[in-house]
Amino acid sequence: MDKKLVDLKNLTKSYDNSIVLDNLNLYIRENEFLTLLGPSGCGKTTTLRLIGGFEQPDSGQIIFDGADITALPANQRQLNTVFQKYSLFPHMNIAENIAFGLKIKKKSKQYIEDKIKYALKLVNLDGFEKRSVDSLSGGQQQRIAIARAIVNEPKLLLLDEPLGALDLKLRQDMQYELIRLKEELGITFIYVTHDQEEALTMSDTIVVMNQGYIQQIGTPEDIYNEPKNAFVADFIGDSNLVDGLMLQDRLVEVLGVKLPCVDEGFGRNKAVDVVIRPEDVELVAPEQGFFTGDVTSLIFKGVHWEIEVMANGFEWLIHTTQMHEVGSHVGLRVDPFNIQIMRKPENSAEEAVETDE
Amino acid sequence: MVKKAAERFYLGLIFLFLYLPIIVLIVLSFNDSKSRVYWGGFTLKWYQRMFRSSNILNAFGTTILITLASALFATLIGTLAALGIHAMKSRGQAIMLGATNIPLLNADIVTGLSMMLLFVRFTKLGLSTVLVAHITFTIPYVILNVLPKLKQCSISTYEAALDLGATPLYAFYKIQWPQIRSGVFSGFLMAMTMSLDDFSVTYFTKGAGINTLSTMIYTEMRKGIIPEMYALSTILFFIAFLLLLVMNFASSGREHKKIKERRRT
Amino acid sequence: MNKWKRQFLAGPYLIWIAGFLVLPLAFILYYALSRSDGSLTLENILAIASPVHRKALLLSLRIALICTFFCIVLSYPLAMILNKIRSRHQNLIVFIFILPMWMNFMLRILAWKMLLSNNGVINSILEFLGLPGIDILNTPTAVIFCMVYDFLPFMILPIYNSMARISPDLIEAARDLGAGNARVFFKIILPLTVSGVVSGIIMVFIPALTSFAISDLLGGGKVLMIGNVIEQSFMQEYNWNLGSGLSFVLMIFVIVSMMLMNSHDKEGGGAGIW
Repeated sequence: MDKKLVDLKNLTKSYDNSIVLDNLNLYIRENEFLTLLGPSGCGKTTTLRLIGGFEQPDSGQIIFDGADITALPANQRQLNTVFQKYSLFPHMNIAENIAFGLKIKKKSKQYIEDKIKYALKLVNLDGFEKRSVDSLSGGQQQRIAIARAIVNEPKLLLLDEPLGALDLKLRQDMQYELIRLKEELGITFIYVTHDQEEALTMSDTIVVMNQGYIQQIGTPEDIYNEPKNAFVADFIGDSNLVDGLMLQDRLVEVLGVKLPCVDEGFGRNKAVDVVIRPEDVELVAPEQGFFTGDVTSLIFKGVHWEIEVMANGFEWLIHTTQMHEVGSHVGLRVDPFNIQIMRKPENSAEEAVETDE
Repeated sequence: MVKKAAERFYLGLIFLFLYLPIIVLIVLSFNDSKSRVYWGGFTLKWYQRMFRSSNILNAFGTTILITLASALFATLIGTLAALGIHAMKSRGQAIMLGATNIPLLNADIVTGLSMMLLFVRFTKLGLSTVLVAHITFTIPYVILNVLPKLKQCSISTYEAALDLGATPLYAFYKIQWPQIRSGVFSGFLMAMTMSLDDFSVTYFTKGAGINTLSTMIYTEMRKGIIPEMYALSTILFFIAFLLLLVMNFASSGREHKKIKERRRT
Repeated sequence: MNKWKRQFLAGPYLIWIAGFLVLPLAFILYYALSRSDGSLTLENILAIASPVHRKALLLSLRIALICTFFCIVLSYPLAMILNKIRSRHQNLIVFIFILPMWMNFMLRILAWKMLLSNNGVINSILEFLGLPGIDILNTPTAVIFCMVYDFLPFMILPIYNSMARISPDLIEAARDLGAGNARVFFKIILPLTVSGVVSGIIMVFIPALTSFAISDLLGGGKVLMIGNVIEQSFMQEYNWNLGSGLSFVLMIFVIVSMMLMNSHDKEGGGAGIW
């Protein structure tokens, strides 16, 4: 897992004078499952299209497997793409679709036949060779699109929101399927999605992007537990995001209350963003709480209750396994380890966060 | 770059092929000389003569009357038919659509002749027979424009309106009509275009007394070309050009917005 | 109004096609199968085999095929170029190439008659350049010229439409799988535009095969297509039985060629004019 397979250096791309990617630097290691995550317009799809060769960067370099492929056309790159809308060829049957890339490589008839069989088995669609594209459901079409890409044995598979058009249950099944496929094939995946849950489930590494800038790179655990800024915290999972004042090391003032925390090195009296995950807020008796307030809403979610508490002028979102009636008076406590402090944005890359809706 | 230049050149060639004849007609319509080659100075006399020719003016009036009347009737019958066909089971739909395709696919000359055979048996050929013939071959264009719109709009919205207490007529007017309106309108325009451009069917069903522009030009051309025709061509070309330009811009504005939105994601 | 009752909205249309579509065709069939005295016969239909009529039919077929061929050859590259234009004016540019479609059919013929005539513009230009003039008016060549001019937009539009409908994703997917320009064209673009070409052929071949006005005006009575023969037997010889018989044969011809085309057009609808 240590060799760099793809290295993007200073990529810049703009359309109609609006910058989509600004000086992007990113590398992907061999055999990694890397996810580009962000809202629409963040530049994730553009990044993928640059790697795939469907767009040319205005400046910068794309290094693939040690060679500069920036100017290489898409059909000569040793990688394949699974497209968002499947993009199966409607005038060919399933076998012809899968064989398309192999025929170009002039593989033998026997080889192609074996490969089709193998690929269909891999995506659990044995015996679909002669079926037409129209006769397949969305989920099946997506599997064929994956099969069509992987028979070419690419070193790198690009997936552009491949599950976006599927319904929830199917999407979850396909997530496990993709992880299994990746382990069986041992190839590198670059996955684009705006669905944070999908990213957390599947990835080795997540790259959170917004407005053409990388906001944070890390493992799913890092991204969830230690968001680097308010955008990442807000985009990944539910959270209580409040303004705070870092009084000194290990002490932050939030909504007029001084809370102990574990962060250091922000300086004295610095404005910061404070993130507290809903599952990290404990509901206690009023006299034991840092904050006190009244329950304003209560929703049963199966695994837990989702409770909203109005306390110190802020609506707190809390996940708990204990029920508290609407209107009951409660106290709120947070463990110092569960308070995540983030610097307010200072440079332009971080400001992109602020202007986002 | 060479490829791009070659593409431009090809576009230019086809453009010339399509427009040179029209341009020559327009230029000659202002030519004082009757010659087709020599420029005898600028004049508007062919336009003046055209506006004094009762032959041309009558044909013009008849054409407009027939075009508007037949398109209106065809739109009414065709829209009702589309609603009815849409409610039918697939077998009935197949039969109706098969019949609808006949005038579209059949040779104009056969359509025109067959109706002439019917008409002369029961009545005299004239304005009304031309009108009936035009309605017959323009209805399919209306149906084929309205039916896809009906298929697009979900039946559940109409049923939802009924569920909320709307009368069928009110539900149609408030729910279905807005969804098929554009199809009805383009069907009407297409019916007008087809009626306007028709020669063969009119030729066989019109009888002796009347002429549309198409049949009038045909008769004149058999005698030889008179310069008034150039003036008429010029005027008709610009009318078509302006109408289509207005229609095109109304829709291309919307298209352009769509493309822009798509690019952003 | 429930679904069952709504079917009756098609009632007026049903009556209309019974009266003005089915009945007239029955009249043609009746005249085709009878003599002027009313007795039954097949001779009006078999008349197509007589040398004059057979020659007219073959000439019509030849002219229609040549005309269709040229329309495809001219339109296909044009549609490709138009489809490649990435400009906010794309719609307008496409519109320019189909605009002549809305110019009156007769006036388009008039323009060519004038251009091709002996003392017309084309010959004058040739003369000016010191080249020998061409005398193609009143020949099948003139008829073909004018037909290609007349019907070209009807070929451009469906081909362009079918090409514009190909999702750019498909092209990208093919390139992603290693296809170069030639393969993208032959394996993706061409097969996916067949339906457009077929619609275009239907819209060009049938009118060209059955036309009589163009050959009449530009052929000067010397180019006898099957349409001219039919028109003359009705309007000049008043032999309605013979005319109906030949019309009937022409109708069969049209139906058969349509069926041949449609068997190649699997997607059914093909490309509409709008």
